[in-house]
Amino acid sequence: MDIQWNILAEYAPFFLKGTLLTIGLSLAGILIGTILGLFIGLGKMMKNKWLSFPFGLYITLFRGTPMLVQIMLIHFAVVPLFTGGTNGIAAAILTLSLNSAAYIAEIFRAGIQSIDKGQMEAARSLGMTHVQAMRYVILPQAFKRMIPPLGNEFIVLIKESSLASLVAAPELMYWGRAMQGQYFRVWEPYITAALIYLILTLSLSYVLSRLERRLATE
Amino acid sequence: MIEVKNLKKSFGANVVLKDINVTVKPREVVVVIGPSGSGKSTFLRCINLLESITDGHVYIEGIDITDKKSDINKVRTEVGMVFQQFNLFPHKKVIENIMLAPMKVRNVTAEQARKKGLELLRKVGLEDKAETYPDSLSGGQKQRVAIARALAMEPKIMLFDEPTSALDPEMVGEVLEVMKQLAKEGMTMVVVTHEMGFAKEVGDRVIFMDGGLIVEENTPNQLFDDPKESRTKAFLSKVL
Repeated sequence: MDIQWNILAEYAPFFLKGTLLTIGLSLAGILIGTILGLFIGLGKMMKNKWLSFPFGLYITLFRGTPMLVQIMLIHFAVVPLFTGGTNGIAAAILTLSLNSAAYIAEIFRAGIQSIDKGQMEAARSLGMTHVQAMRYVILPQAFKRMIPPLGNEFIVLIKESSLASLVAAPELMYWGRAMQGQYFRVWEPYITAALIYLILTLSLSYVLSRLERRLATE
Repeated sequence: MIEVKNLKKSFGANVVLKDINVTVKPREVVVVIGPSGSGKSTFLRCINLLESITDGHVYIEGIDITDKKSDINKVRTEVGMVFQQFNLFPHKKVIENIMLAPMKVRNVTAEQARKKGLELLRKVGLEDKAETYPDSLSGGQKQRVAIARALAMEPKIMLFDEPTSALDPEMVGEVLEVMKQLAKEGMTMVVVTHEMGFAKEVGDRVIFMDGGLIVEENTPNQLFDDPKESRTKAFLSKVL
């Protein structure tokens, strides 16, 4: 295999643009997915079975079906239903957020439930309300335990953002496929894309492990 | 002042407290003893509503905490609790453990809360541990911090749920010492414990529970030296 550096140089600006969009899609997915996930996780923890049921159903549906199917449905059916037209970037952000929210909800729930119930009792026995106890005692501890699984989920999310290339959102993988289509080359575009994804996921792991160490109490 | 009237508690079909009637007067130290499963911890946890009450009434300083209209969070600020497993907040330093509730519940300034916290740490002999995390403390030290944390809310009543049961034997003394000091200062205390020596020395009254009932209650001398009930005698013969 002889690498054609000239076509790589030609596509470099596109890869750069694509990488920025990949980062954008991932960040949006992480942000919206985390906020949504917290609410869905808390919803699923409600004691009333009727109230918690829809949240459980949401998690079942989004975890139980392929993301490829979800993005197709959202791109070609859901988004046009509301806007009358298709929009690849909107569909990608929506799919990534909704899908990751289901996983993040379970991470939140597991994190909160892993905290010894004595912590809640001690906080309440001091006169704190349930919300105060959650905010100052339970969630800070749960958050620390949630970092490793959240990191996993964020890495999965960065990688799965590549599905957005199938709905014409011009992110990293989209330009890789475009390059293959134009020059009938496979090594150059896809090794490049793979390397960039690796750099993104490694940077994220680094940031998260730093955060984890900063929150350590010993 | 605590008044417990016809208190009943069941977990599903399992009846844990059958009919408990107790009055604890101000400045009184009441020690609750009994075999495991007798309901003594559940009884204690009903006093600050950590366990919901199935039937009956509990009055704290005249307020019926079983009444839905009474503000349980406010009542709990008057009732400190010390747990068998300490339950310190591991993500906060020792001094922050003590400062948290006064700041968030009583809206005390950080400066005041710290001053009070250091004072309490001095009282339990741990002023030098203020800036460390609970994980670096021994069991006895943790429990002394937990007592200081409860005292920071300036409660009128202190509940102790087997405070020395999770400790290595050589650390029991230091915790009991703090509790004795507290009793001497006139704190109203209800103590669930297996430390019969403490019950004898510090208790004004000892309650023996078995099978979800108060079987016998008396002054420590009477109860330990001249128990009336056969169940009390059987229990004491095993533990003394």
